[in-house]
This record gives sequence, structure tokens and C-alpha cells, in this order.
Amino acid sequence: MQAVFPLTFAALLFSAGVYGVLSRRNAVLVLMSVELMLAAVTVNLVAFHGLVASEAGDPLLSGQVFALFVMGIGAAEVGVGLAIVLLLYRNRATVNVDDADLMKY
Amino acid sequence: MFSEWAWLIPALPALSVLIIVFSGRALPWKGAEVGIVALLASLGLSLGVAWEVFSHNAGVTQGIGPAGDADAAPAGAEAFLLERGLTLTPLGGDLAVELGMRVDGLAAMMFVLVTAVSLMVHIYSTGYMHGDARYTYFFALLSLFSFSMLLLVIASDLLVLLVGWELVGICSYLLIGFWWEDKHNQDASIKAFLTTKLGDVGLVVGIMALAGMFGTFSIQGVLDGVAAGDHSQALLTFALLALILGAVGKSAQFPLHTWLPDAMAGPTPVSALIHAATMVTAGVFIVARLFPAYQAAPVAQGTLAIIGAITLVMAGLLALVQTDLKRVLAYSTVSQLGYMMAALSFSYVAGVFHLFTHGFFKALLFLGAGSVIHAAHSNHMTEMGGLRRVMPVTFWTFLAGSLALIAIPPLAGFWSKDEILVAALEAGGYTGTVVLVLGALGGLITAFYMTRALYLVFAGEFRGHGHPHESEPAMTAPLIALAIPAVAIGWINLPFPALQPLSLSSWVMFDVDYWVANPVELNAVIAVIATVLALAGVLAARAIYREAPERDPLLHLGLLTHVLQRRYYLDDLYTDLIARTAVRDKLAPAAVWFSDRVLDGAVYWSGRGTYELGQGLYATGDQRGIDGAVNGLGLSALWSGARMRLAQSGNVQLYAGALFIGVFVLAVVFASGA
Repeated sequence: MQAVFPLTFAALLFSAGVYGVLSRRNAVLVLMSVELMLAAVTVNLVAFHGLVASEAGDPLLSGQVFALFVMGIGAAEVGVGLAIVLLLYRNRATVNVDDADLMKY
Repeated sequence: MFSEWAWLIPALPALSVLIIVFSGRALPWKGAEVGIVALLASLGLSLGVAWEVFSHNAGVTQGIGPAGDADAAPAGAEAFLLERGLTLTPLGGDLAVELGMRVDGLAAMMFVLVTAVSLMVHIYSTGYMHGDARYTYFFALLSLFSFSMLLLVIASDLLVLLVGWELVGICSYLLIGFWWEDKHNQDASIKAFLTTKLGDVGLVVGIMALAGMFGTFSIQGVLDGVAAGDHSQALLTFALLALILGAVGKSAQFPLHTWLPDAMAGPTPVSALIHAATMVTAGVFIVARLFPAYQAAPVAQGTLAIIGAITLVMAGLLALVQTDLKRVLAYSTVSQLGYMMAALSFSYVAGVFHLFTHGFFKALLFLGAGSVIHAAHSNHMTEMGGLRRVMPVTFWTFLAGSLALIAIPPLAGFWSKDEILVAALEAGGYTGTVVLVLGALGGLITAFYMTRALYLVFAGEFRGHGHPHESEPAMTAPLIALAIPAVAIGWINLPFPALQPLSLSSWVMFDVDYWVANPVELNAVIAVIATVLALAGVLAARAIYREAPERDPLLHLGLLTHVLQRRYYLDDLYTDLIARTAVRDKLAPAAVWFSDRVLDGAVYWSGRGTYELGQGLYATGDQRGIDGAVNGLGLSALWSGARMRLAQSGNVQLYAGALFIGVFVLAVVFASGA
């Protein structure tokens, strides 16, 4: 299998995530962009697994298993992240990250 | 035996000073008895020491036989010498301050002279000073002086000798100004002190030079160093000349003799003790102490001879025109000290012998003069006369002293003065001839002025006021006691070779070889000439003064009398020209100007400069430099902090952006590195 397609896809996906993280004002959208970056990494893991296993074999399926770990941890991260966003909204009536600058100098 | 205890000789008078000072007034005789008992004990001990030294030295010289027979001293024959000392404090290097005693023939002789005369003066003073307001103080000073003089004599160390030397100077100052209520007495004491101090500068220089040359202050060390010969001749001559300056000041030699006649302002017993018999001989003593060193320096010896010869004639001439009896004796003392100085340039024995005999008969003359002054209530011979009948004891003892001084055989002065002239003759050469001629001439002058004084005081009619009478026994007893040595003391050194092993020359010898090489001999020609000159002086004075003593022709010689009465203008030179005009009017204002303007200015401007420099340093260095650096560091931290904290914006996306850029950069770096 050509590895270039999934890797290019993952790079694009990651870049979209980075763009979203850096440019979105809405905290929820920022969280979603983080999920895009996680997804891009997951795609990479799966893609490289395919690449490595097709040549040397991988009886433990470590790439696939790591992809599952990433999804699990990503779910937990979203849980914590949304809880923070929720508390932010309760306290300040907004989810705009530009307003959440209480830790500035 | 006795010599081991010789340190008690000065210690007893020192103890006497303390007792008199702390409890003198409470004692029945107001302190006088303490001094007399202490001096009596010291005299006894001195005689014991003298006997011990004499028996040792005579034992040695008797083994050799009559002086001059042997060519050299036998091996092992040594003159008596005992040195004991304790080191007080080291001075660094090999030098140390030592308190030591050096007992030999010279010291033993001086012990006897000083304690005997001091004892006589103590006894005499109980009468002379009776009723004085400061009677106890006077005896404390007499004891202090005795201690100081004996310390000077016993010293084994030039530093201790210097201490004694300065202490006798202080005592002299205090006693000359004893009646300080009179301004004239104060002036005299200050003059004496300052004039001798001028000489003392030379003494200190000389002592330091000797210590520098030989690395020790010890007299024995210096003599050993000279004997070893490993030294610079020029430096030795310089040191000994400097010491002569000290001796010239203390022993009132030309040109520093001017203080001694003025010192007669003190009480007469003081004049007898300090300014005739003992302190003024300190200068002669120190030369005699270092006699072997002087032998090694002919220039210094020649200087001694010339100074002595000038002094003996000059002072003798001055004595001719004095009307004050004590001043006649004072100039006579200066003259006789000149004989001693001159003698010490040729012969050790002659100088020391004359010191010894002169001490006794001059003390006698001064005490006799005190007795006369006590009776006539005046120092001036113009207010005396005819005292022979009312004061027989004083007259006969004074006559004995005068004849001893005039050098009529067989009295004391004849033998010692003759010895000096013989020594000068044998030395020969330029200095010997000068001393011989001037010394013989001095004998004529001495005879003349003493006969004049005798006639003015004791002959004719009384010209003063009141009714003079003989002094009390406390005063006449010392006169009689001193008249005996004045007559007889010369017999202890008769110039016959067979007697020499048992005589003074053997007693005081510092070295057996010197004793053997320099026998004391009689020169009949010299003795006859000296006696004839002395008799000529006596007869000339008798012819002039027998008929009319009050009409004194010596006071009517016009210019000559004037010059002599003005003391060769030396006092005018010192007082008016040097002290007043040069020092007071020129030098002192210049010194004040220099001090005020130059020294004070330098001090002021250096202080001012330092202050200004400090101010400048404070303003620029401290305030600007150091404070600026410290504040600048703080401020720059504050400033940069204020700038850098802006990065801490609190905006998560900014942080995240920075993070991504950083990761990207690192990735590029690693990738390119790989």
C-alpha cells in the first residue's frame, strides 16, 4: 500500500487542527480542533503500522493498539476539557478564549 | 669580697633619697641624718673596695718590681677588674640594656672621692643650710646627686653611664636654682643646663657611634673592640671627638666653660660637691674610662691637649680680676679641669691623679669660702678682709687648700701638677710643648690669683658690715677633715720608681702593661721650675696686696681688665649675639614664619586637598559610579522585567502558537542535523 496517501491526509488533518487551535475563539471549537490533531496522529499510527507490518510483520499489532489508546485518552481529555469549558461559561457567561486571560501578567 | 657588694655604694644614697622624700620632715634632724648615715656607709664600703683593689693591684705590681725596670708585664698579671650585670631588656640584634657595675681602680678611686666629699658636704650643710625653708629638700637633692654620680662611676655600660650623666645634670640644675625666688639664680641654672646639654648631644652621638662600630654599649666591649683594631680609624676618631664635646660641656672646658662661674649662684656646699669635686670631673672621668680608646686615636688626644691647654690659661687669667670669691674658685676649677684634660692626652695616671687630689683641696676651698661668706654675709672680696684673726680655723684650712692648689711642695697639688708637666715633657712634640709651657705659665697665674684672694679675704682690715665670727663646728669639722687630704693625699703617688708598686698609679691602673711602660718619674728640673714659678706668683701677689688689699691694681689695667671682666666677650657672644640677636631676633621669627606659613600651610592644604578629593570621590565615584552601577542593575532588571512580562499574556492560543513554532523549529534543526 502506498503510505503517502494516509500520511498526506494525516498532515492535512493535523494542519487543520493546528489552525483551529490557534485561530478559533470559541473554546468548544478549540477542543474540537485538538480532537482533529489527535485523529491525525491516530491515522499516522495506523498507517505506519500497515507500512511496518507489511514488511517485517507485527504480531502484537502495536500500531493498532496505540490507536485505540489514543482514542480512549482523547475521550477522557474531551471529558475534562468540556468540564472546564462548562465551568468557564458558568463563571464568566462566555466561552471565548480571548476573555479567559485571568493568568496574564 | 667588698667589690661584689659595690652596687650598694650608689644604692644606699638612692635609698636615702626615698626615705628623705617620704619621711624626712618627720625625722628629728629633718632628713639630714639619713643622708649622712647613707654616705658614711657608702664611704666605708668604698674604702673596703678601694683596699681590695689596691691590695690586688699592688700584689701584681710588687711582683714586677719598680716601674720601668721590666720590659713587659709577666703573663697572667692582670689589673683588678670585676664586672657584674643583669640584662634588663634586649634592644634587638646583639644590643641590650644592661644594668651592670664595673669595679676597677678608677671606679674605686672615684668612689672614695665622691663619697668622702659628699659626706663632708652633707655634714657641712647641716650648719650652712640651717634654718633654710627647703632644708629637707636640699638633703634629698644632695643624696640624689650622690646616687647619680656614683651610678655614673659604677656603670659598666655606656647607656647606664649616660643615665647617671643626665641625672647629675638634673641635680646640678635643681641645686644651682635652689633659691629660685631670685631670677638671677633661675637664669644661672637654665644656662648651666642648656650649655651642658649642648655638649650632651655630642656625648649621645659618640656613644651611638661607638655602639654602632662595636655592636655593644658595654665599656669593656668597646675597649676590646678598639684593642682588636678591626674598625674604621676615622669613625673611631669621630666618636671620640663627639665624646670630647660631651666632656667639654660637662667639665666646663673652652668654649663651653661659661656656665660654671654662673653656677656659683647655688648654695656653696653645692658648689663644693658638684661644681668642684665631682660632677665637673665627669667629663674627665669618661675620657679616663675610655683612655685605651683615646690612645688609639691621636687626633682626639691632640684635641684634648689643645682644649685643656687653652682652658687652663684662659680661665686662670679670668680668675685674676674676679671680685666674687666663689667666682675666683670657679675659674680656678675650670683651669684645673683644663690641666686634667690636657694630662689625659699624655698620661692616664697624671690626669686621674690630679682629678683625685684636686677633688679634695677644691672642695676644701669651696667649703672654706662658704664659711667666709657665711660670716661676712657677702660673696664679694671687697667686703671682706681681716678675717684671719676672727676665723682661725677657716683661715688655716683655706691656706692649706690654697697652697695645695698653688702646688707648693709637698702639698697635694704639687705632686699631681708636676706629674702632668712631666708627662707633657716626655710626650714632647707640638701638643706636649704647648701643654708644658702653658701649664707652667698656668701655675704662675694660679699662684697669683690664689694669693690675691688670700690677702683680700684674710689680711688687712674688715671692710664689710657687722661682726664676723668663726663658723660653728658642723662647718669647721669638715674643713679640718678635708685639710688632711689636701696636704697629704699627694703622697700616695710620690714620683719615685721604688714606691710605684704601692702607689696610686698601681691602684688605678687599667692595664699592667701600661703601668710598666709608663713609670711615674721625678724630673728635678721641671719640679724646680714649677715651684719657682709658683713662688714667684705668690711673692708678686704678696708685694702688690700686702699693704693695701682694697686698692686692687688688677682692676685698673684699662682695656685688659675690661676684656677679662667681660670674660673675653664670650658670654656676650653666646648671650647677645647668638642667643638674642641670632636666635631670638632672626632665627626664631624665621622659624615661626616657616612654621606658620610653610608647615601650617602644607598641613592645611594637604588637609583641604584630602577633603576636596574625598568630596569629588563621593560625588563621582560613589554616588555616580558605584551607586549608578547598583541602581542601574536594579533598574535594568526592572525595565527588562517590565518588557518581558508582556509575553505572559494569559492568552492560551498565543502560548500554543509559540509552542508549535518552537516544535517546528526544533524539528527542522534535528531534521537538518540528521
